[in-house]
Amino acid sequence: MILAVPPALGADSSFTPDPTRRQELIRMVRQDCGSCHGLTLKGGLGPALLPDALRDKDRNGLVFSILQGRPGTAMPPWQNFLSRREAEWIVDQLRLGFPDER
Amino acid sequence: MNAKMNAKWIAPLVLLLAGCAAWQPRGTGDLGLVVERAAGRVMVVETSGHSKLGEVTGLGDLSHASVVYSRDQRYAFVFGRDGGLTKVDLLAQRIDRRIVQAGNSIGGAISEDGRLVAVANYEPGGVKVFDSATLELVADIPSEYAPGRRAKVVGLEDAGGRRFAFSLFEAGEIWLADLGAEASPRLQKFKNIGQEPYDALVTRDGRYYLAGLFGEDGLALLDLWHPERGVRRILPGYGRGQEKLPVYKMPHLEGWAQAGNLAYLPAVGRHEVLVVDTRTWRETGRIPVRGQPVFVMAEPGGRRVWVNFALPDNGAVQVIDTETLQVIQTLHPGRAVLHMEFTPRGEAVWISCRDDNRVAVYDTATLRELARLPAASPSGIFFTARAHGIGF
Repeated sequence: MILAVPPALGADSSFTPDPTRRQELIRMVRQDCGSCHGLTLKGGLGPALLPDALRDKDRNGLVFSILQGRPGTAMPPWQNFLSRREAEWIVDQLRLGFPDER
Repeated sequence: MNAKMNAKWIAPLVLLLAGCAAWQPRGTGDLGLVVERAAGRVMVVETSGHSKLGEVTGLGDLSHASVVYSRDQRYAFVFGRDGGLTKVDLLAQRIDRRIVQAGNSIGGAISEDGRLVAVANYEPGGVKVFDSATLELVADIPSEYAPGRRAKVVGLEDAGGRRFAFSLFEAGEIWLADLGAEASPRLQKFKNIGQEPYDALVTRDGRYYLAGLFGEDGLALLDLWHPERGVRRILPGYGRGQEKLPVYKMPHLEGWAQAGNLAYLPAVGRHEVLVVDTRTWRETGRIPVRGQPVFVMAEPGGRRVWVNFALPDNGAVQVIDTETLQVIQTLHPGRAVLHMEFTPRGEAVWISCRDDNRVAVYDTATLRELARLPAASPSGIFFTARAHGIGF
């Protein structure tokens, strides 16, 4: 059986933030997300965000969690700070091993 | 025999004398550490001339790092996120000892007598207690609240004597551990204290342990003079059923703000500081502020309360006058203000501005900037005066 892949599931791998925004996003993930998930993303009050921890998780679900938050947990929605494409880029980078700040 | 003695002793003696010539005796009462969290480094600073004296590296992952001090104010115990516990010698500006005691940690406390240092751990969940001189393990207290389930431990505080109080995030419990008999601590457990305690504090007189709740509006209060009376809930439903705003940074309770009979607390998910009468533990008012408060800290004299905020208002600091309960000034010390620390008597406050890579020093009387110190992504600032404060 072949399942059709909805467009949203297809990774828009062509999107890369411009260098300034890229640094801002890296800093945001390391520093602001890091206050709950740890600077090294090994986890804290929030779960680990290392590649091993995310490997089996649905990409869209992760993007949704970032943008909308997770009700019933401490995870807030970040949609006022991030576009959808930026959230997707973050998820893809997290799954590859997130870059360090310069 | 004599010749042998000489050979053995002369070299160290020469080194010792050389060292003495270069090293001026110095007190430590005006010293402190600034955590440069991304660099795994702490700056050693002094508050008399607002300057950096040196730095100590190799402390691991310092996100959310905090510090307690030995009673002689010479040694800092730095609790890292990665389970590292580092004893830093402020005078020698070097690591005295360092251990990695867990996988993921959140802070710690030192006992009244200064002999025990306890660390709160997320992974594996529990509290470990160490000898402050040697960092040898004294006691291990797993936070197992149900068979096979260990909670993340938060809000670990010194509770008088050789006791420590702490809260279990997932379990909604407060535990009081008495290390009178070191190897087998006596545990007193308080259950159903509220949903998801996220941090706690001990009042300046050491009497009350107060845990903030994330999962519901309210706080849990334990009278450490009378633990047999149990934990009671205060400020229940302070949000009055309103939708909570998203919380982009958990508030902190350690910077206990108490002035006279009033205490000032950050409201979770609201742009408010709650004012509580500590004689009755009832709310007496609330002060609208610019954003979601993270630290709410009173000057040592209690005249003003300083507040910083979560995203997106983390570039501002507001100053509240405790006589009028009004915001009297909004300051913009720099981008991403993470922490504030008052000098021992409060004539100045140091403010870390993470995204501007500096620490700003403000005069608390004039509310003007006095000095700036470059620092790499500074977070926590901890002065040695904490050594002699209960709950620090």
